[in-house]
Amino acid sequence: MTRFVCLLLLATSFVLLCAPAIAFAETIHAAREIDSQQSLTDRSFSFPEWKHWSRVLFLKDYNTRIVVLGTTLLGCAAGMVGSFTLLRKRALMGDALSHATLPGIALAFIIVTAQGGNGKSLGVLLLGATITGLIGIALILMIRNMTRLKEDTALSAVLSVFFGAGVALLGVIQQMKEGHAAGLESFIYGKTASMGAADTQLIAGAAATCIIACLLLFKEFKLLCFDDNFAGSSGFPVVSLDMILMALVVIVTIVGLQAVGLILMIALLVIPAAAARFWTESLLKMFIISGSLGAISGFIGAEMSAIFSRLPSGAMIVLVCTLFFVISMILGTSRGVLQRYLRRWRLNRSVDRQHLLRAIYETLESQELSRAISFDQLLPKRSWSRMRLLSEIRRSQRAEFIECVGDEIRLTGRGRVEAARLTRQHRLWELYLITHAEIAPGRVDRDADAIEHVLEPEVVAELEVLLESQHPTIPESPHELKEGK
Amino acid sequence: MSLLSTWVWELDGWIVLAGSLCAVAAALLGNFLILRRLSMLGDAITHAILPGLAVAFFISESRSSLPMFIGAVIVGILTALFTEWIRKVGKVDEGASMGVVFTSLFALGLVMIVQAADHVDLDASCVLYGAIELTPLDTVELGSLEIPRAVIVLGTVTVLNLLFVVLFFKELKITSFDPSLATSSGFNSSLMHYLLMTLVAITAVASFESVGNILVVAMFVVPPAAAYMLTDRLGVMIALSVVLAIVSAVTGHIAALEVPSWFGFRSTTTAGMMAVCAGIILFLAATFSPRHGILIKFVRRRVLAWRILADDVISLLYRIQERDKTTPATPTAMRAILLADFPSLLIVLRWLQWREQIEQAAGVYALTDAGEDAAEQLVRSHRLWEQYLADHALVDTERLHDKAESFEHFTDRQLREQLNQATDSPELDPHGTPIPAEREGE
Repeated sequence: MTRFVCLLLLATSFVLLCAPAIAFAETIHAAREIDSQQSLTDRSFSFPEWKHWSRVLFLKDYNTRIVVLGTTLLGCAAGMVGSFTLLRKRALMGDALSHATLPGIALAFIIVTAQGGNGKSLGVLLLGATITGLIGIALILMIRNMTRLKEDTALSAVLSVFFGAGVALLGVIQQMKEGHAAGLESFIYGKTASMGAADTQLIAGAAATCIIACLLLFKEFKLLCFDDNFAGSSGFPVVSLDMILMALVVIVTIVGLQAVGLILMIALLVIPAAAARFWTESLLKMFIISGSLGAISGFIGAEMSAIFSRLPSGAMIVLVCTLFFVISMILGTSRGVLQRYLRRWRLNRSVDRQHLLRAIYETLESQELSRAISFDQLLPKRSWSRMRLLSEIRRSQRAEFIECVGDEIRLTGRGRVEAARLTRQHRLWELYLITHAEIAPGRVDRDADAIEHVLEPEVVAELEVLLESQHPTIPESPHELKEGK
Repeated sequence: MSLLSTWVWELDGWIVLAGSLCAVAAALLGNFLILRRLSMLGDAITHAILPGLAVAFFISESRSSLPMFIGAVIVGILTALFTEWIRKVGKVDEGASMGVVFTSLFALGLVMIVQAADHVDLDASCVLYGAIELTPLDTVELGSLEIPRAVIVLGTVTVLNLLFVVLFFKELKITSFDPSLATSSGFNSSLMHYLLMTLVAITAVASFESVGNILVVAMFVVPPAAAYMLTDRLGVMIALSVVLAIVSAVTGHIAALEVPSWFGFRSTTTAGMMAVCAGIILFLAATFSPRHGILIKFVRRRVLAWRILADDVISLLYRIQERDKTTPATPTAMRAILLADFPSLLIVLRWLQWREQIEQAAGVYALTDAGEDAAEQLVRSHRLWEQYLADHALVDTERLHDKAESFEHFTDRQLREQLNQATDSPELDPHGTPIPAEREGE
């Protein structure tokens, strides 16, 4: 586990160290083109200089320091909370929630301004956002539990209706004298680059709350995610735990809204957790990986945006997350695509070898095991393609199970032992099926074929006990062996 | 008339028409999205098409709508494909894979658009809120009529969707409810799935360009959800969802003009108010639906609870008369025995008095003759059940009472006859108390 985290940290530092080198080469390249006139469709980057790089990378600017610290903490907290919501199959709850905050923000602004207060004070807006966000979540749970509508419909309906209400309220705000919804819109798109110390403090506080709450309630949340019925029956307050989890989502989402914006906040809740799922089967590990991925994405994304002036930071953070997701999906050690294909490929190969050895054994059983057999004799034994059989013969030859004599194939001593063992396993299972499962002898061959490749020695021993007759040698095949057609 | 004093048919008529067309086009497809549990797809697609717009702009180097439209539709379909692909290949659950895909595409689009933002006005707020109010200004001359472009685009999309739903009704129905049955009976369910996804993308892009994406996301889900609360038949559901979509579009525009004026403002965003009106309709449907509504379910449950309590009251009074007449049948005593809450007990007592099954004297209740008849039948059911359970189901003597207590409420005369036969017409129940005789007549 720690291996992965170390690996990730290493990868990050590698990227961070390599980037300046690449950038240096690029600056020379860019310098040549720097004075070309920018046309309508000119989208070339002018690469910043090394001085700028080092300033950003080592957080020498106060502003950069604030922003990078804020997004890193936010990514960490969102990744941790997200891993629980993902396992609870509530990944898109953050989506609905963040849309549902808009009418709250607008209403809070209208009410406070009408009372003569400062409608744009952060506390007021966040309070409004929290209230409608919670109402939205409550409505979703009510629709799901009390009507025949499914969860996805509830999410989608609440999301669109609340957002519509928010937009209608913003339309009203634009007509107010004190109006100008301009500041409010930062909640939708995020304003990472202009984050202040107060924002970062808020994020730090929220992140600390979430991390501590997650750690304290780790066992309870674990139970809630994997088996809430069991949690309920063993006396855990499932509903309150669910509420606490949702409250954590609310906290993270709301402080994150103005940092990375509404839609990209959803990404931080979903993507690191989904990526972490590919690496491990243990919740604790997933929790840590997800938190680290979120933090690293927040860090790199904010850095990139600080270095390249034309890359918006919120979007960059998400794209870094996505990159991690794609890498995890392909390379993940526990559920990664490559890993699964590899596993299947290995199994297929061992199955092929077992088929080959047993086919040779059964052909030569009545004659002499040390005799050679031709390829054309083997081919009709099973429904395998010529290519597949050939490549398996080559592999078995390399593993010294068989040897080739001219065109013919012969079992080696080692091969004979292995083939005998496999045939014995197969027939024991067939006998078991016939005596204990009452399957017709004509059909047992196929049934045994499906299981023989995963028989453990303990199971074979148990089969012997069950069948009582100790078969020290290989039992006779209980059915007629298929002759090469 | 002060109401709708600002209504101008040449403007508001077109706005309502554009809104309704968008609503109908979305609602038609939305029925199937709900049934396939893909409701969030509308939301995902409308966010994800951003990079399609950007790429189309980079390639065509213009803001003409056709390349943009094509680019957006392609990315919309890709969203559905990627979601499906990540779900299958990565074994990630549907919601999460959708979340990964659409947020990533949105972020990509945002980055691309910012690259072009210096030169071009691809206003993100226009994308989100839509500019349905501006539809009457952008017109195309068709014969002698000046028709807004949005109305023509949305009209075409609506006709397309209507044709799709009508022509493939059977296929859509079977693939939505049981994809494996559909596949085994020779329908290509993944073809239907991708056709539906393509149309969803086209509808989303067309609406998004003219009326904004909140409206289309809301209309994909909310009217069909309201219709789903009201009926069990797919055909009726589709028709209802279309009607509800039109109603919410019309009331939405009226509300946008009217509601802010109550607070001294001018009109507000029409698209937002249309979504709110659809939400109100969903709320009403979910609450008051005659078959599946929350309220009707609550009332049904309440009435059933009271009827059971009424049964319990008269059988309690019967037992008091039968055994010891010393316990006074006051409401307080009954409440302690029946563990009922006081308001319910009082309602039930009043109801029984009205039906003349019980009478009250000095705070003590007693059965009337009619009440005694009813109570006898109930107690007979109860004790016959006890006998039956003891004879045939071998239930423990201590647990007999509880079981019989729950069965007695829905045991009619016919069932009692059968119980009587099955237990050989006993005189006494397993506890040794006499079983009352069946009432004569009827």
